[in-house]
Amino acid sequence: MTRYLLRRVGLAIITLWILSLIVFLAGQVLPGDPGRAVLGPFASESAVRTYDHQLGVDRPLVVQYLGWIGGLLHGNMGTSYTYRSPVEPFVVAALGNSAKLALLALIIIIPLGIAGGVLAALYSGRAIDRLISLGGLAASTVPEFVSGIVLIIVFGIGLKVLPITAATPPGTPLPDQLEHLILPVIPLVLVLFGYIARMARAGTVEALDSDYARTATLKGLRRGTVVWRHVLRNSLLPTITVIATQTGYLIGGLVVVETLFNYQGIGRLILNAANGKDFPMLEAGVLVIGVVYMVATLIADVLYTTLNPRLRVAVNS
Amino acid sequence: MTADQLTAAPGGAAVAHAYAAPPAQWRLLLRKPTFLIGATILGFWVVCAVFGHLIAPFDPLAQQLLNKNAAPSGAHWFGTDPLGRDVLSRVIVGARDILTIAPLATLLGAVLGTALGLVMGYFGGVIDTVLGRLVEAVLALPVVIVAFLFIVAVGPSSLTLIIVIGFIFTPLIARTVRTAVLVEGQQDYLSSARLLGERPGYIMIAEILPNVLPVIVVEFTVRLGYAIFAVATLSFLGFGVQQPTPDWGGDIAANYGLLGAGYWWETLFPALAIASLVMALNLVTDSIEQVLSS
Repeated sequence: MTRYLLRRVGLAIITLWILSLIVFLAGQVLPGDPGRAVLGPFASESAVRTYDHQLGVDRPLVVQYLGWIGGLLHGNMGTSYTYRSPVEPFVVAALGNSAKLALLALIIIIPLGIAGGVLAALYSGRAIDRLISLGGLAASTVPEFVSGIVLIIVFGIGLKVLPITAATPPGTPLPDQLEHLILPVIPLVLVLFGYIARMARAGTVEALDSDYARTATLKGLRRGTVVWRHVLRNSLLPTITVIATQTGYLIGGLVVVETLFNYQGIGRLILNAANGKDFPMLEAGVLVIGVVYMVATLIADVLYTTLNPRLRVAVNS
Repeated sequence: MTADQLTAAPGGAAVAHAYAAPPAQWRLLLRKPTFLIGATILGFWVVCAVFGHLIAPFDPLAQQLLNKNAAPSGAHWFGTDPLGRDVLSRVIVGARDILTIAPLATLLGAVLGTALGLVMGYFGGVIDTVLGRLVEAVLALPVVIVAFLFIVAVGPSSLTLIIVIGFIFTPLIARTVRTAVLVEGQQDYLSSARLLGERPGYIMIAEILPNVLPVIVVEFTVRLGYAIFAVATLSFLGFGVQQPTPDWGGDIAANYGLLGAGYWWETLFPALAIASLVMALNLVTDSIEQVLSS
């Protein structure tokens, strides 16, 4: 188990390093030069060059990369071009906001998706199964900003029952903050429901069809006991992996939802940084997202291996 | 179908079945109401994409500054936008870009992914391992972020969108095709072809490809849905077709700030257009998958 863990962590670190290279290269080949972007179109050529020199973007790429990585390893994420101050406070605050939104989405979606999938499997082939399967599939293919627009128009503008922006002034009590997050969280939930429900359904259908489920039924166990004790324990394993891989989609969804609902999260942070050519902010934001994603995937892999006795044996031997 | 076929990889089952009786399956498909509804809506948007300028009641770029932000009425069924342009016309003509970019991106991914999957599945061994690791490495990165970075770096354009989405699909499609090829690899006709001395390239294209084609078709339709999702989303974020060209995602991005002022028609109709397109495509995909696996 330790060896497996070390290997997975090693792979995650290599992937992160590749991501850092991509991030850095994308940051450097971004069209336009930072001095010009910050100082505006009317600044003189020499002023732009002096500013570029101050920022250090006129040095060779390798030197810049090593300096950047060295800083990161010492906990220094760089200085924002736009705000001319360290990027950490911005990234930390944005990450906290996004975490609220993402956690709320996960708290709603995991039980809902699993329940929907299991229900569909138990009534496989009937109307309720078709409704959940096709409805979930349809919901998961509608982009978040599309369902978000419809929700804003219906609940925010038509019925006027919910706020249409997610942003709240600092010091707002948590229940009020949550009220502002209801509309933004629904598009995320809609997209993820289909995936998680489909996985839970597939796993449950397979487990229901298995020899051990038949044996349990034939030896006289009640349907509820068979499903609860024998089927679900086996069927929900793959679902755990799916939930972790959906973190990637969730991050993409955050960029969209945070933009639409004017919410200062990590997604909007990197979008604004990209549009403002604020490389250090963009690079820090993307790397932080990368780390979150890696950790989520790692936890899912380890959890899956630990929970699945067959894999546990295979890994240990 | 025998029990063995049922427990084989889903791709394998689809291959075996499609190979057995394709014409009957098409008739089955045409009898499915979900397929017919989906295909009709899809057909409508394709017509709009091709003949949009002829159908649209107004020029989608023509501004009427005295008639801006007008609510839906007899003259302008979907109202007008902040520049007084007819929203209905922009929705009709706006079908073109998304219906060009998404299929082309999917096609690019399907062609590259099929080539990669054929090579990995056919040769196996070291080539498979090395390419497999590469595919894994690409898949391990958060896809949205990679796409995002790439587009920011290269600059937004239709071509950028096609290339980025196509490249992101390549490893995903390659993985599916590889599995299907591995299933085919155990069939007798392949050992016969090898014994006849056929070259690998010929075997892959002339012998294996026709047999894994149903898998690729299903994969293509599924990915097309994701591609439309991606194109619409990236347009909304400002990375797609640029204004003033009519574009559903782009028009929503340009006008959603006015929702607070009550101008709902400027964003609702493009949003419904996107929703109807992806849902129609889903109905079609779902029907095809059901028929292929029934």
